[in-house]
Amino acid sequence: MPDQAQLLPGTLDLLILKAVSLGPLHGYGVLLRIAQITGQALLIEQGALYPALFRLVRQGLLKAEWGTSENNRRAKFYELTAAGRKRFSEETESWNRLSTAMTAALAAQVEEV
Amino acid sequence: MNLLESLCSRIAALLQRSQMNADLEDELRSHLEHRADDLERSGLDRATAERRARVEFGGREKYKEAIHRELGGSSFTTLMRDLRFAVRVLRKSPGFAVTAVLTLALAIGANSVVFGVLNALILRPLDVPNADTLYMLQHGDEASSYQSYPDYLDLRNRNHSIEDLVAWGADVASLDSGGDPSLIWMESTTGNYFDALKLKPYLGRYFHASDEHGMNSAPYVVLTYSYWQDHFQGDRRVVGRVVRLNKHPFTVIGVAQPGFSGTLMFFNVAMFVPIVNHAQFGSGDDLIKRDNRWIFMLMGHLKQGVTRAQAIGDLNAVGADIQRMYPRDNGKLTFTLTRPNLYGDYLGRPVTAFMAALMMLSSLILLAACANLGSLFAARAADRSRELALRLALGSSRLRILRGLFTEAILISLAGGSLGLAASIGLLRGLSAWRPFTRWPIHMPLTPDAKVYVLAVLLAIVSGLLFGAVPVKQVLRTNPYGVVKSGSTTRPTRRLGVREVLLVVQIAICAVLVTSSLVAVRGLARSLHSDFGFDVQNSVLVKTDLSMIGYTPERAAQMEKRMMDGIASIPGVESAGLIDHLPLGGDDGEDTLVFADTTTDLRTPNAADHPDRFHISPEYLHAANTTLVAGRGFTGHDDQSVPLVAIVNRHFAIKLFGSVPNALGRYFKFPDGKRLEVTGVVEDGKYDNITEDPKSAIFVPLLQFPSSSTNIVVHSKRDPEELSEAIRNLLRRMDSELPVYIATRYKDLDTMLFPPRMATLSLGVLGMMGAILSITGIFGMAAYSVSKRMKELGIRMALGAQRGEVLRAALGRAVRLLALGSATGLFLGLLASRVLASIVYQATPRDPLVLAGVVLAMALLGLFATWIPAQRALTINPLILLREE
Repeated sequence: MPDQAQLLPGTLDLLILKAVSLGPLHGYGVLLRIAQITGQALLIEQGALYPALFRLVRQGLLKAEWGTSENNRRAKFYELTAAGRKRFSEETESWNRLSTAMTAALAAQVEEV
Repeated sequence: MNLLESLCSRIAALLQRSQMNADLEDELRSHLEHRADDLERSGLDRATAERRARVEFGGREKYKEAIHRELGGSSFTTLMRDLRFAVRVLRKSPGFAVTAVLTLALAIGANSVVFGVLNALILRPLDVPNADTLYMLQHGDEASSYQSYPDYLDLRNRNHSIEDLVAWGADVASLDSGGDPSLIWMESTTGNYFDALKLKPYLGRYFHASDEHGMNSAPYVVLTYSYWQDHFQGDRRVVGRVVRLNKHPFTVIGVAQPGFSGTLMFFNVAMFVPIVNHAQFGSGDDLIKRDNRWIFMLMGHLKQGVTRAQAIGDLNAVGADIQRMYPRDNGKLTFTLTRPNLYGDYLGRPVTAFMAALMMLSSLILLAACANLGSLFAARAADRSRELALRLALGSSRLRILRGLFTEAILISLAGGSLGLAASIGLLRGLSAWRPFTRWPIHMPLTPDAKVYVLAVLLAIVSGLLFGAVPVKQVLRTNPYGVVKSGSTTRPTRRLGVREVLLVVQIAICAVLVTSSLVAVRGLARSLHSDFGFDVQNSVLVKTDLSMIGYTPERAAQMEKRMMDGIASIPGVESAGLIDHLPLGGDDGEDTLVFADTTTDLRTPNAADHPDRFHISPEYLHAANTTLVAGRGFTGHDDQSVPLVAIVNRHFAIKLFGSVPNALGRYFKFPDGKRLEVTGVVEDGKYDNITEDPKSAIFVPLLQFPSSSTNIVVHSKRDPEELSEAIRNLLRRMDSELPVYIATRYKDLDTMLFPPRMATLSLGVLGMMGAILSITGIFGMAAYSVSKRMKELGIRMALGAQRGEVLRAALGRAVRLLALGSATGLFLGLLASRVLASIVYQATPRDPLVLAGVVLAMALLGLFATWIPAQRALTINPLILLREE
């Protein structure tokens, strides 16, 4: 595998919300979608996904329903709730602010100070 | 999330747990299948793909646990899991679990019994409204409350600090309620008694101050609830019935509230009668004479806003007034206020001191038990170091392992605690139902309450945490790789570790207990064979009271004569003598003021002595085997027609006349001016209690000083049971209504020997517990040190070490600790025994037998505890051992 970055604490939830916001997914599907949208740049242990999924469900940000997958297997599908959608946009905004600030800060040159 | 919501979700989570678990399993399986599908598509065969998928997924159990944590209710499920695990681990070593549980059960049981007694006797207030303001009037200069009726009236009417002063005295009467006459105890109480104590009757009514209209004007009785249950079978129609007390008719007007049987907590009377009728049970003078202090207790509630100190000041002022007005009858009259429960300081102080000492000892026992279990746990943790290291290596957190160990500890402590509590509840209930004396209505209400339960549970948890904490450091220091690679990492250390110190402390405690129980046992044994001034063996007592069933003094004297002659003629009876009250009989002895013959002003302060006074028949001294050291005994001719005579004891003779020979033929005076000539001197004896210092006593002839209370001392070598039956039959033939009490003289001393016996028993039991704990402690340590050093010992043996050397190497440390602990304990025990001397007569620690006994006991204990480890060390086969390792 190429060099993969460790996940920052707290970012897994946001990634899951993003992945699910693109359409209902089952657990494994979430993992694939994250790999796909991050260009496989992030290392996520497969098992670690589930505690996060259950947490988001318990917080009422996701809802889950059993269905049939593209492989014709039984699977539990997750999709955003209204609260989830709202939280997702808030988190995205705050992440953007943080990352802009971080990027700007790290890009600062001697003459700009 | 608010509390309620979180609670609901926890409960819901709990209910849905199995459902959720299945759901979770399904989902994880679905994930693995999807992943395997992908891997299969990339060219792997199905089996390989599935295995690969599982490996990639990571620690499934770990994530499941994390998910449970996310779901709430997790702490509970984790707890349940920990508990299940702990049970499983403990079940694997049942010997350890059982030992630990029993050790704790013993220790916690001992603590809850001692605390139960302490709580019931000292901490628990009386079961009357506002018990906190209820005080007993105790004399300032001695721990008693005795007063005369006229003084009581003055105190009641003149004080400004007590709401309504009440008084009562104990009386015995012969009760005839239509069946067999029986002797019953009652409180003769002032009319305001129930109103002042703010009590409500269970049935009928109480009597009031308004029922008192002079002497014998209120023939009413109030039954106690338990007497009503036991003797009237709870018959509600009892109210209004007429019963006969000492042949006088009394009307039952009510039943007292359940649980109330007087304010002296261990003294349970059958009924209450108004004090104005006391003359029908005692002497007619009792309500009139100011110097007749027969009333047992004065008490009352403090007025609102009055402090205890203010009330004492007020009462002392009243006392000074009374003393000024009646100087002839009263000495110094000062007061202090104490609780009536245990008769003020009289019993309150020694009981408190003794119970506090017992509580301290039993908490030391618990501490020792914790020390013991702590070392057991540490030893186990060391033995399990491989398992713990493996778990650490496999990714378990140290916290998780510690939580597991603590769960085990708490589980054991709770099991031990409940077992101990159950046993102690049984014991306390048994003690509550126990009536130690046949002649006295005494029992101790020791039924445990919530405080006892709470204490036991708290103690269990605290001790669990205590001994669970011992191996913590060990676990935190465990280096998994080292342990897995090379076995145990703990090495024998040279310095004295915490475990060793604990063991020494424990052995010392045990030695203290063994010492003090031996001291107590020796003291008790010696006091049973000490010189009471009368013979305890071959002696039977017959007690009755003729005045109770209506004998006039003249007829009583004739009847007594007939009874004695009858008894003396029973085959096997050597002699029978009469005395009005028994030395060491537990009755209130009669004491009298005595003046020198030269004194003319016969006022209290001028008295030369106040000896105990006994009225005896001529045969008594012989029947009781009381030795006459000089002069003569009484004869049938010492009657009303000749000058008054007396026999005195040696102490009195020396105090009044300087020496025994000097006393013969000399005179002394009673307060009423009567002159008595000393005709004989007897040896000193014990009169009021076993531990008393030598005191004065005088004996006067019944023929000159008649008395209606009858105690016949019968000297006979016949079997007491048989003899008692013969006497009973004889007396029944003489008067079928006569209430009689017959017991051996020895049995009758039970009352006197009760405190030292209880002290000896409780110390003995605690001493046994201490010994058991020490044995397990030493055993644990010795066994552990042998098993840890097996290899070393094997090598030593292979190199030619002798048995003695092996033993020294294996057990030397344990034996040294034992010696150190025993020596410390013996020393402390000897110090503590000084306290014992006040309870147990002749308890002295300076007794070679006690010292030898303690040393022997501790040596036996050490031998016993190290026997098995020593055997194990000696049977080491170096070849097998070295090959195995």
